[in-house]
Amino acid sequence: MTLQITETAPPRTPKTRRKAPKLPLREQLIGWLFIGPFGLVFLAFLVAPLVYALYLSLFRKAMIGGTSFVLLENYTKAFTDPSFLDGAWFVIRFSLVLIPVQMLISLAMALILDMVTSRFARFSRLMIFLPYAIPAVIGALMWGFLYSKNFGPLGDFFGLFGATAPDFLSRDLIFYGLLNIVTWQWAGYYMIILYAALQGIDPTLYEAARIDGASNWQITLRIKIPLITPALLLILVFALIGTLQFFNEPKILRDLAAGAIGPDFTPNMYAYQQAFGLANFNYGSAISFALGAVVFVCVYIFLFATRKRGSFLS
Amino acid sequence: MKRKQFLAAAATLVLAGSLAACSSDDDGANSSSSEGGGGSDATNCTNTIPKPDLPAVTLWAWYPNMELVVDNFNEQNDEVQVCWTNVGEGGDEYEKFQTAIAAGTGAPDVIMIEADRIPTFQVQDALVDISDFGYEDVKDDYSEGAWQDVSVGDAVYGVPVDGGPMGMIYRKDIFEQYGITPPTTWAEYEQAAQTVRDAGGPLFGDLGANVPAVMMALQIQNGADPFTYDTDNPENIGIALNDEASKEVLDYWGGLVEKGLVGTQDQFTPEYIAGVINGDYATYISAAWAPGYLTGAGVGAGADSGQFAVAPLPQWDPANPVQVNWGGSAFSVTSQASDPELAAQAAFGLYADEASLTDGWTNQVIFPLNLNALEDPAFADLAVEFFGGQQANKEVYVPAANAYEGFTYSPLQQYYYDAMTEQLASVNEGSITGSEAADRLHEDVVGYAEEQGFTVE
Repeated sequence: MTLQITETAPPRTPKTRRKAPKLPLREQLIGWLFIGPFGLVFLAFLVAPLVYALYLSLFRKAMIGGTSFVLLENYTKAFTDPSFLDGAWFVIRFSLVLIPVQMLISLAMALILDMVTSRFARFSRLMIFLPYAIPAVIGALMWGFLYSKNFGPLGDFFGLFGATAPDFLSRDLIFYGLLNIVTWQWAGYYMIILYAALQGIDPTLYEAARIDGASNWQITLRIKIPLITPALLLILVFALIGTLQFFNEPKILRDLAAGAIGPDFTPNMYAYQQAFGLANFNYGSAISFALGAVVFVCVYIFLFATRKRGSFLS
Repeated sequence: MKRKQFLAAAATLVLAGSLAACSSDDDGANSSSSEGGGGSDATNCTNTIPKPDLPAVTLWAWYPNMELVVDNFNEQNDEVQVCWTNVGEGGDEYEKFQTAIAAGTGAPDVIMIEADRIPTFQVQDALVDISDFGYEDVKDDYSEGAWQDVSVGDAVYGVPVDGGPMGMIYRKDIFEQYGITPPTTWAEYEQAAQTVRDAGGPLFGDLGANVPAVMMALQIQNGADPFTYDTDNPENIGIALNDEASKEVLDYWGGLVEKGLVGTQDQFTPEYIAGVINGDYATYISAAWAPGYLTGAGVGAGADSGQFAVAPLPQWDPANPVQVNWGGSAFSVTSQASDPELAAQAAFGLYADEASLTDGWTNQVIFPLNLNALEDPAFADLAVEFFGGQQANKEVYVPAANAYEGFTYSPLQQYYYDAMTEQLASVNEGSITGSEAADRLHEDVVGYAEEQGFTVE
């Protein structure tokens, strides 16, 4: 509609372009009706639960003494609660290790697949992507079995050299056990995003570069990677937010390794335990919002640090 | 043009309307399932209700033979029918129940819960005192200890079904190979463990961080009294988790771990079961329901068939033996039941008929607390296949159950178990001693109790 108006407008009066054309009331209403279904769902399933959780987080409920309004006391408690702080520190550490590893792997795979065009490349692409198609629950359970000392392959493998296999479900190594699972699960997905971005690059650029005498390495480093930076930033933000909200994998592996994974292992697990295990929905909500604050700060720091690169969000 | 616009608008409205309808439908379903008494709600049951005209009571339970138990009840009862769902075992079910309590709707009329959770839900007013709803009629069917475990003060919050008198399950082949006899005291247990280890044998037992209830039972066996709690005085709670008796037990097990005599594997995991089948553990300190559980998990089906036997739990002081309990469940009536009296009738009747009980104990799914089954000679004489024909009930479990005096559980049980698991994991890791674990646990749980508004004595 807007397009039509701007096209028909006289080219010498660009001002009319900026002003939104005033539609008759009836048409405005129709516009609202079109947004209506989305708006309803958005309000009912996103805004309302958030507001309700925020409301809950301002109260304190004790087994004895009932519920009382405490304003921000739950938040001061959360930010001094070692369970929450340790959990938050764990997911931050985890992100710092996981994200570079994951990005390097997915970038390398995407670049290789972009250069090779054979039937094998198509097969590899599918295989690398496959772990993402496996539900997180099944993936975590499967790795739980693979890590097993008794019937996992690790024991046999290390047994060949007369060594004992590392126990990735022990307290010391659970960090790496989880790192491996998450990388396995997500690297393929990020690879597809990067691969799609690479496919979107105009091939004439490569041709021009080659005429100028650029090697394959130079093309990769000087043309491909700079041009897919927005996609790299996108997956970085996805990975950052996802990892800070770490929940599924540790929650599932907890059934196999309750000693190594406590109920307060990550902030989200701690919120879950408080709300559903200990009936403290108020503090659980407060932890969720406190985690939201941590995520916000981390993402903000990240975007601030990369603002010169022309981020996709700005 | 006009017509098109009208159509679009109409379609939008219909869409929005159907969304709204969806949500209101859901509400309707939830409220009707919590009403129970209506009897119109048979659509969500796992079982088929044979007499649909009668009022129905909703039930959550996870006994393996529950379908049979429910059918038996429904066949025999002409006043009420049970509509049963299995919403998960143990913790999974409690989390759903907890959510339903917070929501004020969605809980069943009758719920299966383990006796140690009763105070936790009772303090939230989620359970109904059933002492006025026919308790007197069935009182003599259970021992006093059984009733104590499901009571808080004078109020009765559940109908006992099964218990978990503890014993020491052991591998006959390993014991024979290393020439040892079942230890009767914990000192002998350690000696035997050392003997097996010195001869290059397998681990003697396992300290699983994820079975805190076992540690609690073993501490109580040594005279510890973790909680004192009474509903007459619900604001006060006594907590004693780092007294000498508790520390002694934790230090004992911490020592076994340090000397490499027992394993540190979480129990109920495939890893642990594989170890049990493989003969990695010479003993398994467990309860009377364990044979059924182990059989279900595939233990005793292969080369390890008939290699298991059971002996009484080792004692601290053989002159004053103490018997303890792990697990066991009851049927409780929830405060969301629309007709508590009707719900109580179901709670009292379920799993109390002879056919269900016999099926339960012959398959070793439950260790019955109903005296009609417990005192049945056929039950005592049962030659348990898992134990190679040993009369385990007569020799070990029935005497243990008879000598069991009941525990006092607290409303802090869930937190206490979680905290205990954390400390046991640290002991297993070797980073703290048993005594340190007891001190930390005590401090942790007392802090939580105070935060929850209790006055800690």
